[in-house]
Amino acid sequence: MVRTPKKRLPHLFLSTFLLFSVSIAQENIAIDKPDSAFQFRYEMLAPAPGPPGDIAAKDFPNDPGEAVLVTWSNAPGDNDVFHTVDAYLIYRSDNPDSGFVLLSRIPGGSNSYSDSDTSLVNGHQYYYKVASRYAQDTLFSAVSGAATPSAQLFHTQRVVVLALMLAFSGFALFFIFHAKRGKTMYVRPIAGINAVDEAIGRATEMGRPILFVPGLGDPSQVATIAAFTVLARVARRVAEYQTRIIVPNYDPVVMAICQEVVKEAYTAEGRADAYNERDVYFVTQDQFPYTASVNGTMLRERPATNFYMGKFYAESLILSETGFVAGSIQIAGTDELVQIPFFVAACDYTLMGEELYAASAYLSQEPQQLGTIKAQDIGKLIAIALMVIGAIVYLFSPQAGAMLSAFVQGG
Amino acid sequence: MAFQYFVPHYLSAAIYQNALNWTIIIGIFTLVVGIGSLISLHYDKIARRKEHWPYSVVTMVALALMTVIGLWSPDAIQNPRGLFMHLYFFVLAPVTATMFALLAFFIASAAYRAFRARTVLATLLLLSAVIVMLGRVPIGEYMTGWLPEGLRFSDIARFILDYPNTAAKRAIYIGVGLGVAATSLKIILGVERTWLGGGQ
Repeated sequence: MVRTPKKRLPHLFLSTFLLFSVSIAQENIAIDKPDSAFQFRYEMLAPAPGPPGDIAAKDFPNDPGEAVLVTWSNAPGDNDVFHTVDAYLIYRSDNPDSGFVLLSRIPGGSNSYSDSDTSLVNGHQYYYKVASRYAQDTLFSAVSGAATPSAQLFHTQRVVVLALMLAFSGFALFFIFHAKRGKTMYVRPIAGINAVDEAIGRATEMGRPILFVPGLGDPSQVATIAAFTVLARVARRVAEYQTRIIVPNYDPVVMAICQEVVKEAYTAEGRADAYNERDVYFVTQDQFPYTASVNGTMLRERPATNFYMGKFYAESLILSETGFVAGSIQIAGTDELVQIPFFVAACDYTLMGEELYAASAYLSQEPQQLGTIKAQDIGKLIAIALMVIGAIVYLFSPQAGAMLSAFVQGG
Repeated sequence: MAFQYFVPHYLSAAIYQNALNWTIIIGIFTLVVGIGSLISLHYDKIARRKEHWPYSVVTMVALALMTVIGLWSPDAIQNPRGLFMHLYFFVLAPVTATMFALLAFFIASAAYRAFRARTVLATLLLLSAVIVMLGRVPIGEYMTGWLPEGLRFSDIARFILDYPNTAAKRAIYIGVGLGVAATSLKIILGVERTWLGGGQ
């Protein structure tokens, strides 16, 4: 019996489907075969589990005697190829034979641990052992030798910093001594500092007060101390010209110091009675409320001159723009790098970074102060020399360059 | 402090920590002095009816109100639903945020005044500011996305920030570091005494 073409179609479809299914199944089985073979060879080649070796425990270097450094060599299978070690378990005891307590568990791949437990006693002996944890086993190392945490008297990694500090101090003393003997030293003129007298004179002529903002820092910051030195000079001039000076403060300790500085300046000029304690006042220790208060003072009192000296943050532009609106001449000085561009854009004169610290020397022209500026220049020369040497060394050997960098930076 | 940096011994660390603790204690006591100064200033303005004395009334009322409410509730700070924290979150915080928000407008006004092409250096400043500003926003990428890599605003902006800007920042940091060392040395040696408030 001859089948018609229409009746052949279902058979044709079924056979095609069966053939296709068989070929897909064979292909899948063929893919599985290399995976399982690879896994089989991997497990055959991986080293047998074992404990970590070369365990050593010693006092942590350059610390106040509160830590012990434990090191070991990696257990078999703990490398870039196999990764069979899940974790290392660190144990500690006072006794080398018993009483070991689990301290910490750190992931495989590590070969050191810093024990900075607060229960460590300075001068007491401790023993350590490390266990390597595999999927099926946990194997313990031998016990380390005794380790005694002890305090060091000198941070050995900071010897280069100490040497540079002593060298800089030596240069400073040398130039101070030289200046005391009458040697004149040239320092480049800084427009902002030269404008201080002119700004104070402007305020006196206009009959308007001077506003001095010592920043948002506290007295432990060098920028704030530099602000005090500038305030002292400005206050002397202000007392001499009988102009009013307003000093709103962010920090109460700064306020207390500013009061003494301004009072002393008035007393030195023989105008102690002209000093008004209420003009040097505390506002608040909140950033933007302080800014709002100073802005209000600017818009109400309309000072002829604004000084911004010290530490400033986001409020720098708000203060200086409001001062511009009030029509004041503005002289700013800060070491806060991010705020310098705002002051440069909005103020008439800006002292950038170290110029703020040098302002006291510029204003007083005392030889001792100018001597330290010269020492700073020598310090910069040394810094440039180190950079050039470091760049050359790095060019020829990046490894040597990294070592030199680590050596100079210290710990 | 310099001594403590080089001597890690626990006695040195203890002295340092003790000095820090004293600093905090003195700071707290001077806060009392500061608040006394603030009250004295504003009381004088109110009593003598000086110019703008109503602002002093607002200051004193706010100071008194927050103090009384804070002391009245034993858990003023811990209770976020209390009146004290309500005043903080719904009065002080928005006012502070408002002051911060002014910065955006002040940046625009300062840039408008400062970025004028009057000299060569000012023109360079203006060009670099424009490139960096456009390079940090999507419209800069839209404008120059068709250019080869390295010539787009974003690439030039990144170059300006990574190289000349970083170099200048590091130079200022070096100067600041040396200035800090020099000023500290002047204070330690007694060359600089104006911060003490005393005479010569």
